[in-house]
Amino acid sequence: MVSGKQDGVLTGAFYLDGDHACAEGAIAAGCNFVAGYPITPSTEIVERLAQRFPQAGGTFIQMEDEIASSIAIQGAVWGGAKAMTVSSGPGISLMMEHIGLAAMAEVPCVIVNVQRGGPSTGLPTLPAQADMMQARWGSHGDYEIIALCPNSPQECFDLVIRAFNLSEQYRLPVLFMMDEVVGHMTEKVVIPPRETLTIVPRRYTQLSPAEYLPFRAGPDLVPDIVKAGDGYRFHVTGLTHDERGYPVMNAGCQDGLVRRLVDKVRKNADKIQQFDADQLEGADVVVISYGITSRVTMRSVQEARARGVKVGHLRLIVVWPFPETLIRKLATQVRGLVVPEINLGQMVLEVERCAGGHCKVVPVPHAGGAVHDPALITEAIVEAAR
Amino acid sequence: MTQLVEPQACAFENPVEPYLRTERMPHIWCPGCGIGTTVNCFVRAIEQCQIDLDKLSIVSGIGCTGRVAGYLRLDSFHTTHGRAIPFATGLKLANPELKVVVYSGDGDLIAIGGNHFIHAARRNVDLTVICVNNFNYAMTGGQAASTTPIDAVGTTAPYGVVEKPFNLPFLAESCGATYVARWTAFHVRQLTKAMIEAINKKGFSFVEVITPCPTLYERRNRLGSGLDRMQWFKDNSIIKNNTDTRECDIEFQKPIICGRFVDVERPSLLENIHAKLEQIRSGKRR
Repeated sequence: MVSGKQDGVLTGAFYLDGDHACAEGAIAAGCNFVAGYPITPSTEIVERLAQRFPQAGGTFIQMEDEIASSIAIQGAVWGGAKAMTVSSGPGISLMMEHIGLAAMAEVPCVIVNVQRGGPSTGLPTLPAQADMMQARWGSHGDYEIIALCPNSPQECFDLVIRAFNLSEQYRLPVLFMMDEVVGHMTEKVVIPPRETLTIVPRRYTQLSPAEYLPFRAGPDLVPDIVKAGDGYRFHVTGLTHDERGYPVMNAGCQDGLVRRLVDKVRKNADKIQQFDADQLEGADVVVISYGITSRVTMRSVQEARARGVKVGHLRLIVVWPFPETLIRKLATQVRGLVVPEINLGQMVLEVERCAGGHCKVVPVPHAGGAVHDPALITEAIVEAAR
Repeated sequence: MTQLVEPQACAFENPVEPYLRTERMPHIWCPGCGIGTTVNCFVRAIEQCQIDLDKLSIVSGIGCTGRVAGYLRLDSFHTTHGRAIPFATGLKLANPELKVVVYSGDGDLIAIGGNHFIHAARRNVDLTVICVNNFNYAMTGGQAASTTPIDAVGTTAPYGVVEKPFNLPFLAESCGATYVARWTAFHVRQLTKAMIEAINKKGFSFVEVITPCPTLYERRNRLGSGLDRMQWFKDNSIIKNNTDTRECDIEFQKPIICGRFVDVERPSLLENIHAKLEQIRSGKRR
């Protein structure tokens, strides 16, 4: 790795916006390669990394576009780096093919999306949460990713470390779904000493080149990895491949590979999921929120409680894989589930699917450009409790 | 029934075999295709370079030439269409000890990947790019490309191409490549030497190889078999080292200028990064 001196992690309490906190979190996670292309409202992340990497021991390269950025990081991973790219709506759309490649070739990497209003150029400087389904389904074919939603600058730091850890553990692209408000709000961020952070190392194989098969998975359905230059003479392809990594064009190989790529997330979903639960026991209504909307929802929940409604708040931190079991259980216990989000109905579709008609599901949509008026969510809670 | 000769009965191993994934043979290329010829030259080139093959990575995009990576017994990466160069850029920057060669086709590197090609040359990133130019999109059945000569036909230009094709040596040189050569699949010795020179060159080195595609390009344009085409390359190539690359345009069935056109020194991306880090370390750049 091309590097200057190794100052590493900035420990202490800082006043940072979410974009800068995300950059510091990436450094703390051991990220040492970032490729990016300027795009509002994510640019501050790469600006900070361009400033910090010469001291922190990493390489930043501004590529010619987001397509190049999203594959340069994958080349870097095979070269041994921990890598990330950063973008927003239009740039993320350009990266979709390479999210599929990272899923197919099982490349651990983090893709940050500081969401803004869309479609197309949309609202470059204003927030949305309208890329949630794109994060899950945007590339072609069947695959699974993991997506996390921070709701504060502190979480931009803390959770981007978890994003790297999950990408290493399950060998897949992890989407870090910020939004313009979280990216640009400034709050206190506490950065603990590096030695207190949990960092999952890359799962390099212990096998010799003669014994090693690049895509033979262990019991957790995840194969161990190698890097270029270590004598393994391995092959990586985006084509359907066997355990040797060689292309095999038939339905049998496709079935084995794609099922494993999907199952390594689905069957480990309990270990991946993360959420905050506030007074779900005995609640008549539960609000399900994520990202910046969870901050607004806290106010609405307080107001609804003041009006006598027994309301709980489930904040999704890991949004994909979706916490199906939990939502199924909740749906049998409550009168209504309220889903505010800054889009015209995305994650609410998952909630409806899991609720299966057992309770009311009330969307609180917002087309983007601002956060919700808390009163709208309060009214939806009161209505759902009736 | 004719008795087949067991492979073990061969008296000599093919000298290129240790460098190939023979368990993947037969390869997908058609009889008379020139890509295999270029791979033979490449294998002989890396043999003569005497580089540590464990430290050599090969990166391909998509298409017939995109399959080269998968047949070489090296660390090999078959990436997405057009994106071999930015992948290779990330690989090289993450581990500068690696020698990284991009090996792909004209459609992949110059059309869909054209933006990455010009920027990699501009950056002078330490890569060798080998572009096999067969004048069409062969994997998908012979469509016209950004390299198809005017008036040649392809399935998407059934009455003949009307667009001027790229002159690849000129494109590479004008964007900043430090080494530029062009040969045909007929010129195996010169091509091997050019590959050696390119691999040993600091910065962005580029070799264009003109090859036959008898199944599609030659057949549709009534240019005969692969062998006919090799004879044509022999008879119609003009070897002229140091030709001004502006004169290297290719016209339909007109002579092809071959040779080493550019061999210059320019600080590479890695050198510039290291120099900048030195400035930062010494406090000259804050």
